[in-house]
Amino acid sequence: MELTMLWYLVPSVIMFICGVYGFITRHNLIAILLSLELMLNAADLNFVVFNRFLFPGAMEGMFFTLFSIGIAAAETAIAVAIVVNIYRAIGNTDINEIKKMRF
Amino acid sequence: MEMTLPILILAIPITMFLILGIGGVYMSKKMAGVLGILGMGVTMCIAYYVALTYFFSGDPAFIDAQGLRLQVPVFDWLWLAFTNALQVKLGFLLDPISAMMLIVITTISFMVHLYSWGYMEGEKGFQRFYAFLSLFSFSMLGLVVATNIFQMYIFWELVGVSSYLLIGFYYKLPSAVSASKKAFIVTRFADLGFLIGILILSFYCKTFDFIPITNDPTSVLASTGGATFMGASVLTWALVLIFVGGMGKSAMMPLHIWLPDAMEGPTPVSALIHAATMVVAGVYLVARMFPLYLIEEASLLFVTCVGAITAFYAAVVACCQIDIKRVLAFSTISQIAFMMVALGVARPELHDGFGYMASMFHLFTHAMFKALLFLGAGALIHAVHSNDYTAMGGLRKYMPITHWTFLIGCLAIAGIWPFSGFFSKDEMLAAMFANHWFWGAWMTMVAGLTAFYMFRLYYLIFWWEENPHYKEHKPHDAPWQMSLPLIILAAVSCVAGFIPFGEFVTWNRMPYHIHIELPVAATSLTVAILAIALATVMYRKKNPIPSRLKAAMPGLWQAAHRRFYWDEIYMFITHKIIFNIICKSIAWFDRHVIDATMDGFAKITQKTSFAIRGMQSGSIQTYIVWYFLGAVLLAGITWICIF
Amino acid sequence: MDQVGNIILYFVTALVIIVFSVMTVTSRKILRSATYLLFVLLATAVMYFQLGYQFLGAVQIAVYAGGIMVLFVFAILLTHRPNQDEQALTSHKRVLGITCSALGAILLLFALFTMPVCEGTTLCQALTDNNVDMNAIGTALLGTDKFQYLLPFEAVSVLLLACIIGGVVVARKR
Repeated sequence: MELTMLWYLVPSVIMFICGVYGFITRHNLIAILLSLELMLNAADLNFVVFNRFLFPGAMEGMFFTLFSIGIAAAETAIAVAIVVNIYRAIGNTDINEIKKMRF
Repeated sequence: MEMTLPILILAIPITMFLILGIGGVYMSKKMAGVLGILGMGVTMCIAYYVALTYFFSGDPAFIDAQGLRLQVPVFDWLWLAFTNALQVKLGFLLDPISAMMLIVITTISFMVHLYSWGYMEGEKGFQRFYAFLSLFSFSMLGLVVATNIFQMYIFWELVGVSSYLLIGFYYKLPSAVSASKKAFIVTRFADLGFLIGILILSFYCKTFDFIPITNDPTSVLASTGGATFMGASVLTWALVLIFVGGMGKSAMMPLHIWLPDAMEGPTPVSALIHAATMVVAGVYLVARMFPLYLIEEASLLFVTCVGAITAFYAAVVACCQIDIKRVLAFSTISQIAFMMVALGVARPELHDGFGYMASMFHLFTHAMFKALLFLGAGALIHAVHSNDYTAMGGLRKYMPITHWTFLIGCLAIAGIWPFSGFFSKDEMLAAMFANHWFWGAWMTMVAGLTAFYMFRLYYLIFWWEENPHYKEHKPHDAPWQMSLPLIILAAVSCVAGFIPFGEFVTWNRMPYHIHIELPVAATSLTVAILAIALATVMYRKKNPIPSRLKAAMPGLWQAAHRRFYWDEIYMFITHKIIFNIICKSIAWFDRHVIDATMDGFAKITQKTSFAIRGMQSGSIQTYIVWYFLGAVLLAGITWICIF
Repeated sequence: MDQVGNIILYFVTALVIIVFSVMTVTSRKILRSATYLLFVLLATAVMYFQLGYQFLGAVQIAVYAGGIMVLFVFAILLTHRPNQDEQALTSHKRVLGITCSALGAILLLFALFTMPVCEGTTLCQALTDNNVDMNAIGTALLGTDKFQYLLPFEAVSVLLLACIIGGVVVARKR
């Protein structure tokens, strides 16, 4: 039995699908953010795997992941700040409560 | 002659218009008046210099060895060059008729400027009035010196605009406003014909310029290639349509209805625009294109018929008007029609086409004496504050200057020797008799009517019986600014007939020696004197003859007084037929078909948006569901397509 | 032996990723969700190590596990009372989520298993001669040639600075 690329991509797919499921179903804003991180992480893993198996001599996939992690950090910081702000404004972080601006 | 002087003739009035129009509100009335008069005075001097140089200098640039006066485009600036054929130029064409018109326009305009200083004194909008007068002078001068038909059209519209502005000068009076609208719409309507005519003509001869068109009319005819439309040649159609434009401006039947109403404007305006200059633009237009009209005799016949009918109609109506300005307005229509007929009967084989010369001569003399009559009427209105002769009567003792100058004007228009009208009218009648005895006889009758209604007016104003109101408000002669133009114009009307006009203006620009045709002159003089005598009997002293006549023919009097119901006919056509039947159905179509379609679109859009607005929920999770399903769908389709 | 060790390591990490991913999105206690996510991230880091990207694995642990997760935990503690469970899912939402995920999963896995490119190199072949050393990473990050990343690097640093300021501005007390 050999470990080919497929083996690594399957957990990545499952991670991503879990992220989608969580994003669609969860009520809590922070839980949605967690799902987002899952999807992001799955994508990162894909980059690395492709880099390793298809272009072993190059480093582009790795660098893409590196920057992606940096941007994820930035995004999370802002998102968390917004969530905290929302909590201050309406007292909870349920996405169904944030409907004031809806038509 | 260098180019600057002719440019100045156009530049000074337009500059004056801009200065007075923009800066007028910051000026005192006196200053605006002085500026306007000075500007026009200078323009007049330059125009005289230019015209007299043209006629008398003998410069080979203006006249060749055989005595042929040349057409000189002093400058011709290419303004818009669309294609090689479609080029619009602005220029200054000096030839006998334009030089003559320069003199007429600047003289009358200067007189009116001077006169208005007295007449309009104390009026609100004095500066505006002078600005508009300058605009009009500019436009009219630009019209007569146009080197091409398109420039003429541009200035033609500009005089229409200034006429509109000046008729509606008292814009607070509803009657003035509707009169100005009427004038504008009717002339605009006629100008549509003019424009179509221009387009047809220039389509075939590939140029707008007068000089190539008029110097070589046969090539224009050849260029149409014998094309015909509804039995008449294309060239005839073009000329008739161009003449329709002239009919509108010159108030020929059936487009005459605006001119009587235009009398709502201030009287100096009536004198300048609606008697002496603008309304003869139609005559000028035909004269300008005359060589073309000559090769299509059908169009000349049309001109003649329209003129003859209009002349008679206007003369009859003028006999039954109460408002003195309306009498003068109809007299103007009649006299312009006279000129049209004279143009229409002119043929080169008949005494070198002297009908053309006579027409231009009458244009010249008529401008002078009709301006004089209008200015005199203005002085009367100024004195008694009414337009109707019923408020006048017996004024000769109170207003001697006005009386004498008005009498001279009446004698001139009636065609009594030695006043100017006699000479020009005699030439015109001679030309008509030379063409066909019918035109001569018909127009002699009109000339008799002219003498009759003018003297009816004269007697009713200055004799008849004294109006009792004079006791409380004594009328007096106008101030010098108003009297001076009257005296000058009267003097001109006395002597203008002795100008050897044929030496200067003829259809082929070769000199022609005027000689009075004794039988014609005797006939017309006799008819005029008889008519004056009749008027004297009827109107000199208060007597019951006129009212008895009126009672004898109430229908005729009423019809003539109401101008043979032309306005009513127009009202019927426009309101009952066009507005009620055509416009209403179109409006229905617009509202219920076109608008309804558009409303339908709007309603469908609105309904659809309301139906699908739930999708725009603002819920990010719903969005992600749609987004994700879409992505999956796309990926699936791609997958299916690949394998 | 190496081969066997790799396989065992792979199965452990894969199992951890799959199980804790599912638990992350299904747990109704938010703090537990965060913890499960942490496990997923750590397992991913292990996978990076296994694939020969030591630096990346370290960054994953430091930034994700060390930084981002702490942020999440703080946010959770700030916005939740103790023992506050998330309300139960409505069946409508669950069905929707499961349908979407199932569709996506079917498509992705189908694509994955029919893709011939997946069957090429094995891990051992890929790993033989390419150890990504720190020297190469540093050169690539701070160079301006082709395949070098000074500009994105600087851009990310500016982005992070902007985030710091933005986070402070958004979250500060008014």
